[in-house]
Amino acid sequence: MTSLLSIERLSIFYGGIQVLHDVSIHLEQGEIVSVLGANGAGKSTLLQAVSGLVPIGSGSVFFRGEKLNSIPPYEIVRKGISLSPEGRRVFPTLTVEENLNLGAYTRKRMKDEVREAKDRVFSLFPILSERRRQLSGTLSGGEQQMLAIGRALMSSPKVLLLDEPSLGLAPILVKQIFDIISEINSQGTSILLVEQNAHKALNIASRGYVLENGHLAASGPTASLRSDKKIQEAYLGGAALKKRPFPAKTGQS
Amino acid sequence: MHVILEQIINGLTIGSFYALIALGYSMVYGVLKLINFAHGDFFTLGSYLGYTVLVFGAAFMTAHFGLWGALIAALVFAGVSLAIVGLIVERVAYRPVYPAGRLPAVVSALGASIFLQNTIMVGWGPRFQAYPATLIPNVHIQLGSIHLTLLQIMILLLSFALMGTLYYIVQKTTFGAAIRATAHDRKTASLMGININKVILFVFTLGPALGAVTGIMVGMYYRQISFTMGWNYGLKAFTASVLGGIGNIPGAMLGGLILGVLEMLGAAYISAAWKDVFVFIILILVLIFRPTGILGEKTAEKV
Ligand SMILES: Nc1ncnc2c1ncn2[C@@H]1O[C@H](COP(=O)(O)OP(=O)(O)OP(=O)(O)O)[C@@H](O)[C@H]1O
Ligand SMILES: [Mg+2]
Repeated sequence: MTSLLSIERLSIFYGGIQVLHDVSIHLEQGEIVSVLGANGAGKSTLLQAVSGLVPIGSGSVFFRGEKLNSIPPYEIVRKGISLSPEGRRVFPTLTVEENLNLGAYTRKRMKDEVREAKDRVFSLFPILSERRRQLSGTLSGGEQQMLAIGRALMSSPKVLLLDEPSLGLAPILVKQIFDIISEINSQGTSILLVEQNAHKALNIASRGYVLENGHLAASGPTASLRSDKKIQEAYLGGAALKKRPFPAKTGQS
Repeated sequence: MHVILEQIINGLTIGSFYALIALGYSMVYGVLKLINFAHGDFFTLGSYLGYTVLVFGAAFMTAHFGLWGALIAALVFAGVSLAIVGLIVERVAYRPVYPAGRLPAVVSALGASIFLQNTIMVGWGPRFQAYPATLIPNVHIQLGSIHLTLLQIMILLLSFALMGTLYYIVQKTTFGAAIRATAHDRKTASLMGININKVILFVFTLGPALGAVTGIMVGMYYRQISFTMGWNYGLKAFTASVLGGIGNIPGAMLGGLILGVLEMLGAAYISAAWKDVFVFIILILVLIFRPTGILGEKTAEKV
């Protein structure tokens, strides 16, 4: 059986420096899979490689059995993989609605589908509907994150790649964003989620992977990852977990 | 009073020349962060091609299509030719050096400019060429106390129609949003499914084509063209695009029009000999007090 998304022995180099080593990850239809790792572990690089933004050194990425290596980013979206990048990356001088329309750029001639996708985004994030004519640079950080996710959904992807959607958000918003991620998933979109908020990321996912310095250090069902002593200490704040469910961020890139 | 109004209209006329050329600089800068120094020479080459069509093809075309047919033929021929030249220059002079960074691209752009200028000189000779005088009926129109020519009205109509169309495409269509998105963040734009190469293709064909059309209008307005005129117009238009906020398309239009009007008012009320100085003083003031230009990005990005 072929996986929906299958990353096989992927290695990535920046210049001469290797940042991913033989990483294999798969995502099945209907799943949420989390990828955890410290700053610089290579999480964003992994998602960017799937999206075609960074060249693949060795190994392969398959989507429904089709090899994606060296297919340009704008073709990969068309195939059904959409990335909400780290740091949101909304287009600040464009309105909320223009940002969303660009998310549906691959289907810009299909007016009905674009309208349906937009309605769906507005029902997930009602605030975006209120702000549709506002320049997205004037949105709050949380609203920008919603816009980034909404924009990624506009192409009606089969696979949604989320890079640190909770980065820099207040706890109340973090909860809201994770609830919406679950909802998106229950509507039929499979999700590969990169997070530093390990606690939340493991709660929402069925399986998880841990990246350490570009190597896959652990993987498995979330229950077994959560009970792993080393992972508890490194990513779940050890014994302090109950007191500090939202570990402070050590930095952002 | 009518002097000031007439000067404003004259200023809008030459301002729309600057604006149309400035669009080429600004679109290319927006998408590629490259100052296309060859753009002024696209304008010159367009003017010469139009000249050739009008001088050598005029008799034939006027006989078959009438005067307006000949004019349209000149505009279309020069526009299409320069769109192709623009693409070739992008392929040959710029694309190979993008990976090497911005400085090599600037040098390459200067090289392309010199190459085009010399090609024009070799092709048409180093002396001034005169556009045919009797092309547009020399009709004078009196609007109240303001005095206009038919040619001037046509130039204003065509310029504003072109600017209006471009404004609509860039500000109101999804492809226009894609151009603005690409200018802002190429990587993320490609994640939207935008093929950056198509955007580059668009700006490198439309910009030179607009320059060519402007070249013909300038030839008809001043009746005299030279192979070096691209420098002067290019510099003014580049100034206009900085004034409006380089990379910003409505800004280029606004900057061009403002520059033209200021230049004409300066020439009328201060000194015609100092009009260029006046223009650059304005530029310096804008750069001191508003370095991003009038409509330049306010970069309200949240991190
Ligand atoms: N464009 C680049 N050029 C060179 N090195 C890079 C580039 N992008 C990332 N790196 C390096 O690759 C490594 C992995 O970076 P990546 O951004 O994938 O990490 P990450 O796990 O997403 O980190 P974070 O949690 O901080 O977002 C880091 O050491 C980083 O410095
Ligand atoms: Mg990252």
